[in-house]
Amino acid sequence: MSGGVDSAVAAARARDAGHDVTGIHLALSHNPKSYRSGARGCCTIEDSNDARRAADMIGIPFYLWDLSERFHQDVVEDFMSEYSEGRTPNPCVRCNEKIKFAAVLDRAVALGFDAVVTGHYAQLETGTDGMVEMHRAVDHGKDQSYVLGVLTQDQLARSMFPLGDSTKDVVRAEAAGRGLFVAQKPDSHDICFIADGDTAGWLRDRLGAGSGAIVDTSGEVLGSHEGTFGFTIGQRRGLRIGKPASDGKPRYVLDIEPVSGRVTVGSREDLAVDELVGIRPRWCGTTPATELDCTVQLRAHGDDHRAVARVIGDEVRIELIDPASGVAPGQAAVIYAGTRVVGSATIATTRRRTPV
Amino acid sequence: MAVAGLRLSLQPPILVDAMNPTATPVVYLDHAATTPIYPEVIEAMARQLASLGNASSLHGSGRAARRVVEESRETIAACLNARPSEVVFTSGGTEADNLAVKGFFWARHKADPRRTRIISTAVEHHAVLDPLHWLAAETAAQVELLPVDHDGRLDVEALRTSIERYPESVALVTVMWANNEVGTLQPLDDVAALTASHGIPLHTDAVQAMGQVPLDFAASGVDAMTVTGHKIGGPFGVGALLLRREADLVALLHGGGQERDVRSGTIDAPAIVGFAVAAELAVKGQSERAPVLAALRDELVTGILDVVPEAQLNGPPRDGRLPGNAHLSFPGCEGDSLLMLLDAQDIECSTGSACSAGVPQASHVLLAMGKGEAPARGSLRFSLGHTSTRDDVARVVDVIGPAVERARSAGATSSGARS
Repeated sequence: MSGGVDSAVAAARARDAGHDVTGIHLALSHNPKSYRSGARGCCTIEDSNDARRAADMIGIPFYLWDLSERFHQDVVEDFMSEYSEGRTPNPCVRCNEKIKFAAVLDRAVALGFDAVVTGHYAQLETGTDGMVEMHRAVDHGKDQSYVLGVLTQDQLARSMFPLGDSTKDVVRAEAAGRGLFVAQKPDSHDICFIADGDTAGWLRDRLGAGSGAIVDTSGEVLGSHEGTFGFTIGQRRGLRIGKPASDGKPRYVLDIEPVSGRVTVGSREDLAVDELVGIRPRWCGTTPATELDCTVQLRAHGDDHRAVARVIGDEVRIELIDPASGVAPGQAAVIYAGTRVVGSATIATTRRRTPV
Repeated sequence: MAVAGLRLSLQPPILVDAMNPTATPVVYLDHAATTPIYPEVIEAMARQLASLGNASSLHGSGRAARRVVEESRETIAACLNARPSEVVFTSGGTEADNLAVKGFFWARHKADPRRTRIISTAVEHHAVLDPLHWLAAETAAQVELLPVDHDGRLDVEALRTSIERYPESVALVTVMWANNEVGTLQPLDDVAALTASHGIPLHTDAVQAMGQVPLDFAASGVDAMTVTGHKIGGPFGVGALLLRREADLVALLHGGGQERDVRSGTIDAPAIVGFAVAAELAVKGQSERAPVLAALRDELVTGILDVVPEAQLNGPPRDGRLPGNAHLSFPGCEGDSLLMLLDAQDIECSTGSACSAGVPQASHVLLAMGKGEAPARGSLRFSLGHTSTRDDVARVVDVIGPAVERARSAGATSSGARS
């Protein structure tokens, strides 16, 4: 229970469904901030108190589990090392993979529990083959199946997402009806361990600046920058290049080289990719045997791209029928068949298959 | 996040349905956190709550309240062999500790700027440690936390060496009477002899000791002693600093000048009378209760070690520790897993001293005793008190084996990264 409205209502629904539910708040930092600023973060003492009060109101026992060391190793350090190698990781995906549905789930099962319940918006169904299927939430605006796309069948079989069939409005109304004072608490955004939301600054403090040149696709130097961490692929604003492009069109970040610090910019057309190679695939059920007509989502709350996916050895090759732009290595590509999540992979390389 | 168990698949007796507790009563073995209030205390407090009057008022109602307060002061003084005028009421142990540590340092340092050192131990309660850290950070104070042995007992020779290095520079020595986690009794006689020979004031936090072991303020040689109500069957929110009449110390709270001008604030007559009634019951019953508690404690320790032979008792074996304290490490377990499993069966204990900061930390007491990080995290404190029974002990012994087994498998999953 994060201290937010979703996990509180999820716990209440699980209890109402007849389960013997215990509330757990994860301490993910050794030095929790006393108060949250705005809607950010999820590891403040105030959030922990909110979670405790929600558990009181629901009538379930409540404990705090210290996962700070595991979280630091598996999520925070991974986040830094991915960035230092020029990739753009999604720490929420990593947290679900390594913490919530691994460290927490394993510990819970060992202690005699059967499942982990979370307030994620996704739906679980048992398929005709007896396998647990994960589907997008009814509320497409809140759907979180993307960040859960790394979960395997074993993990899904021990997960419960009681909010998947509801819209956020319904959840808030239900929270209010249950007397949960977190009903109107704002949604959390951003990365929980970067309290002020300044990801670039956070990375700069820990990894050094990594300043370098800004070049165009022909290699001509257009300017310089103070650090690669201020950039993400597909970014248009804040490039601060004095000279306009020869064609007068806006320029976008195409590539970031972490070691040399070189940032390549180009046109919107240059940004489009239609082939991705994903590594470390994780399948929610059985591994797709042949090529799969699917859709692919490339970032949280991003668009659904029609695609064909092929499993080749340890890799997944994804051809996008609709090109995507601003795709960075390190992001998760989550593969769907309709509303069902088939699996996911970490994007290793992107390229343009067909010329513009 | 929440974890759920389908009711049918739960294997009793490890986890019972928390929403439908079994008929057995709660086994409360956390008396060191707080001990059940005596019915006589509630009665006395209720009577006083219904009585009008501010104890500082000069009229009849005020005098009536003042009389209750002064009689209570006399009772508490008599229980601890102090003079009534030496009892300064506070809001509890933390305030009394802060008053003693800061108040003595400020007064002594002002009187002689050479006095910058405060000598204490590595195993003090946070109500002493944190004021010490604060003084070190914000003032001229230099804090020395002396080491303890494997049982948590202060090395008196280290204290002697530390004082004799430059006795004129010592503002204060503060050493707890009994440790709140492992129950170790400190060699206060030796400490007091040392401080007295150099004219250095000595404070002791005796919150855990009162009602458990005999306390004689006059004979102890200490200059200030912290005690509190809710650890002896009295109410929360009231305690006292026993303070020698000649002791000079700066107040924390300034205002109406109550309590010898050392602790201003309207006198809480109902809480104070409750404290006094509890003190009388706890202290008068001490000599009879202590051997009974010690026997129960030994039964508990033996019973647990029979079932879990690899468990280790922390602190002194029998003598030299509080009669009601049993503190054990369970190798391979996380203390909070064990606590949760026992709590689910209505057995209430503690993983150390309760942590209010949110994140459980390895106990500084166990670390100071030379235990590693893992045993320090994998420990439980069972503390017995005036309501404890043989049935309580038997219930723990019945369930501890399977709970440890389960916690150990959980520990292996969640702390694999830890050494």
